[in-house]
Amino acid sequence: MDYSQFLYMHAELSLLAVILILFVADLVMCPDKKSGKGVYNTCLPVVLLTLHTVLNFLPCAESQSCEAFGGMYVYTPMMTVMKTVLNVGTLIVCLMAHKWLSREENLVKQGEFYLLVLFTLLGMYFMISSGHFLMFFIGLELASVPMTALVAFDKKRRESAEAGAKFILLALFSSALLLYGISLIYGASGTLYFDEIGAQLDGSLLSIFGLVLFITGLGFKISLVPFHLWTADTYEGAPTVVTGFLSVISKGAAAFVLLTILMKCFAQSELFYSWNTGMYWIIVASITVANLFAIRQNNLKRFMAFSAISQAGYLVLAIMDGTAQGMTALVFYLLVYMVSNLGAFAVMTSIEENSGKILISDYDGLYQTNPKLAFLMTLCLFSLAGIPPFAGFFSKFFVFMAAFKAGYPLLVFIALVNTVISLYYYLLIVKAMYIKQSDSPIAPFRSDAYTRLALVLSILGVIVFGIGGVFYNYIEGFSYGL
Amino acid sequence: MESTIFILLLPFLSFLLLGVFGKWFSHKAAGLIGTASLLAVAVLSYMTAYDYFFCTARTAEGVLPTLMPYNVHWLPFFAEGLSFDMGIMLDPISVMMLIVISTVSLMVHIYSFGYMHGERGFQRYYAFLSLFTMSMLGLVVATNIFQMYMFWELVGVSSYLLIGFYYTSPAAIAASKKAFIVTRFADLFFLIGILIYGYYCRSFGFEFDQAGFAQGAAMLPLALFLMFIGGAGKSAMFPLHIWLPDAMEGPTPVSALIHAATMVVAGVFQIARLFPLWIEYAPGTLHIVAWVGAFTAFYAAAVACCQSDIKRVLAFSTISQIAFMMVALGVCTEYTTGHHHVGSLGYMASMFHLFTHAMFKALLFLGAGCIIHAVHSNEMSAMGGLRKYMPITHITFLIACLAISGIPPFSGFFSKDEILTAAFAYMPAMGWIMTAIAAMTAFYMFRLYYGIFWGTENKELHAHHTPHEAPLTMTLPLVFLALVTCGAGFLPFGHFVSADGQLYDIHLDWDIAGTSIVIAVASIFLATYIYMGERQPKADALAEKFKGLHQWAYKRFYLDEVYQYITHRIIFAHISKPIAWFDRHIIDGFFDFLANGTHALSFRIRGFQSGSVQKYAFVFLLGTLALLTIMVLA
Repeated sequence: MDYSQFLYMHAELSLLAVILILFVADLVMCPDKKSGKGVYNTCLPVVLLTLHTVLNFLPCAESQSCEAFGGMYVYTPMMTVMKTVLNVGTLIVCLMAHKWLSREENLVKQGEFYLLVLFTLLGMYFMISSGHFLMFFIGLELASVPMTALVAFDKKRRESAEAGAKFILLALFSSALLLYGISLIYGASGTLYFDEIGAQLDGSLLSIFGLVLFITGLGFKISLVPFHLWTADTYEGAPTVVTGFLSVISKGAAAFVLLTILMKCFAQSELFYSWNTGMYWIIVASITVANLFAIRQNNLKRFMAFSAISQAGYLVLAIMDGTAQGMTALVFYLLVYMVSNLGAFAVMTSIEENSGKILISDYDGLYQTNPKLAFLMTLCLFSLAGIPPFAGFFSKFFVFMAAFKAGYPLLVFIALVNTVISLYYYLLIVKAMYIKQSDSPIAPFRSDAYTRLALVLSILGVIVFGIGGVFYNYIEGFSYGL
Repeated sequence: MESTIFILLLPFLSFLLLGVFGKWFSHKAAGLIGTASLLAVAVLSYMTAYDYFFCTARTAEGVLPTLMPYNVHWLPFFAEGLSFDMGIMLDPISVMMLIVISTVSLMVHIYSFGYMHGERGFQRYYAFLSLFTMSMLGLVVATNIFQMYMFWELVGVSSYLLIGFYYTSPAAIAASKKAFIVTRFADLFFLIGILIYGYYCRSFGFEFDQAGFAQGAAMLPLALFLMFIGGAGKSAMFPLHIWLPDAMEGPTPVSALIHAATMVVAGVFQIARLFPLWIEYAPGTLHIVAWVGAFTAFYAAAVACCQSDIKRVLAFSTISQIAFMMVALGVCTEYTTGHHHVGSLGYMASMFHLFTHAMFKALLFLGAGCIIHAVHSNEMSAMGGLRKYMPITHITFLIACLAISGIPPFSGFFSKDEILTAAFAYMPAMGWIMTAIAAMTAFYMFRLYYGIFWGTENKELHAHHTPHEAPLTMTLPLVFLALVTCGAGFLPFGHFVSADGQLYDIHLDWDIAGTSIVIAVASIFLATYIYMGERQPKADALAEKFKGLHQWAYKRFYLDEVYQYITHRIIFAHISKPIAWFDRHIIDGFFDFLANGTHALSFRIRGFQSGSVQKYAFVFLLGTLALLTIMVLA
């Protein structure tokens, strides 16, 4: 066996090394008996993760696409970009988790948190880099099982446990359908290698059935309508930090994989037209239904759940154009959505940890007491709503452009109308913070250094990606060959 | 030449520093930061000018080269071969403008220490001054028309901000809006002109020897004329001049810097910049510019004779003098200067007058600032007899008045004489018209001078508050500018700036110079005869005799009222109102429908999110089946 193949997996291996180091360090990270405070609790994972991110990102520019392990594992520069995006997101999540993990009941479990998060990430790596349906399925499961544990992390809290239960039940359900879909695809094409499937599919009913079930399975992960019903309950019940992780990282990885597999396996085949029609209706439903629900929410986490569903709709809009441009638009959208959403979640976590409040009506008059947080939240919401000059405007623009070029002007129009509606509900929060008065506003507080770092990173992204079209061009540079 | 980038960067940095962190600085510190950065800019500009004019080798044809120390492709146009560039271009006129802008701006910075002392928003004031200076410098060193346009707009914004500096005064707010709207309106044409130019000539640059120009020749006159409308807006040419007199609501040093010396000559600069195109492709249009200029010069001079607010008199005199520069450019008929062709003399004359005018007009405004500072009023009735109280202001103001009237050896004489020579060479009628306007200039300037420094002292007002000479920070710039005004006329200006860049020796045509001196002196005597005495029975009698005419000119020929009528009665009532109705009922109605519909629908479907897992899985499955149906049928 040629061991040099392992070198292609350097991202996975270095992440595994981080996990192992943290596994050992967990023994030390347990709270000190005397002070009751954690040792190395956030800085060690953050430093390791930063190192890992930088190490894996740097050499990717000159690397070439290649395969390893008989085509089970695929490596392309674009995948490294995607993994780096996920790395940065995870880093921000770890930073904002600090305060929450410093709670008394969480101190003992904090090592678990990092391990679960990183295992999820590892699963996504394999999912992204897979060249074979089995590999893809293993990656998917590796990502979703620790995710369930994360959702139920506050296991003594009823809502968290309930959210975990709902999540695992529906995840199993969708996995079963996905696996069924894969087996049908195997039946129709006689192979599970992505590269070979395209040529074998003939548009028969069997292959359409397989494709539909496959889309269903990933649609669940991305939380597209009508596979989204778990989202609101799970997001509400899960700890806020985990909700942030769930809404960005897991969704992003799944959307990326959906696009790569659709393009590799189905874009050249007879199924191209039918998956486009299917996606068309899913997108319309996702964007519209989520917007309709988002308007009525008062719990901010539930609100963010519906916002995430509608954002997912915009995200897969890029898939309609099965080309490199769509891929670029998708990754850029993801990057921008990640910083905007994590920024908003960092503010929410910080407020929840300091005052225990999570309702939109609790945010009334926030500007009076915590003007800086209110301002940052506003920037993130503006970016989510797509107001120029923030990053969200450009990412939406590129996605719309990709869909428009693919020949779906009506779809773009529907999406635009929905953008207007989304503006309304995002601005509801801004209104609460700036205009409404409250008898019992959230008391002023100073957030900790880690949260602040997370906020700075996110806001920097929101602003810098908005100004610099450079990033889009940069990502575009990798999109050849996918 | 690489240091030129700091000429733009320093004021920008000082703007950022003062604009963002202004309230952390004391007034003194803020003023010092602004002034120090401007001092550095001035020193750099002088060094650049020295380097450029004296140390740069002329080309084989004896022309000063055009240098481009910086030029970056900022935004490329895909597939069009066009791009928006940003950079720095040095050629004779841009270097000359660097000197004018940095000198006057530095003087104004120093002067403002005294004038704005203790004002609220002192830091903001200096921040805006820096912003303006940066924009104006960027405008003159632009490497292409688009960069020029960008800075052109920035100049407009900073002018708007500075006119409305006293934002608690309704008059200042109205004036700033008026200035912004009128110039923006004109700039719209400028932009259209740029786009036509770019589309047909395939270039935004200032290198006019490409093949593209010949193929776009048919459209060039139109493009240039549209650009001229933009320039006419900034340079206050009739009928777009209405904003400039009102702009005097801003602080007086601002009027000196922006509305007398630098920004308002941007239109002249624009024509000079595109001069080779004008001469080659649109000479007929260029002469239209000359006649517009001549009319404006006359109109403004006539109005200036009847105003009582000293800043307004100066404002109209500025309009009139800028019109002189326009005329000078407009009467040009050739490009080459070889063998002393008078056909291209106007170009040099215009730039020369721009230079000298900037200095003496800034001096006049700064002097007026000292006077206003002393008597706390803009009205001539509050003044009179001030020469005893304010000797320095008096002498320097007199020097400037002599310069603008065209009395040798002050600078205005030399530049105005070149303009008159050029006008006579184009058409004797034009020459006589301009000579007559020059006479009017001398008359109204001395009317102003006597009204302020001689005449009846307003004892009643001065009893409360004796006028006093301004502090040193204010008089120092006056003295400096007065010295420049005395000496600038002797500069061999044609050696630095001429239409095609060749050396050009200025020589006085004594027929014309003699006539203009005689007429100017006669006008001054007339003004002395009418206005110098304690009382002015003759002036009152004249005003009484020509009551209608006087009132007409005093009200600026009711042009503002005409505009009011057109905008309010015609445009607002018949165009804007229907559009507003459409917006309110059709467009807003659509969005209201969207909002109400969304709300109603979201209320109806809320039952789906029930919380029961079995139901979720059921919907999941139904969704899958629906998707399958869609995809199979597709």
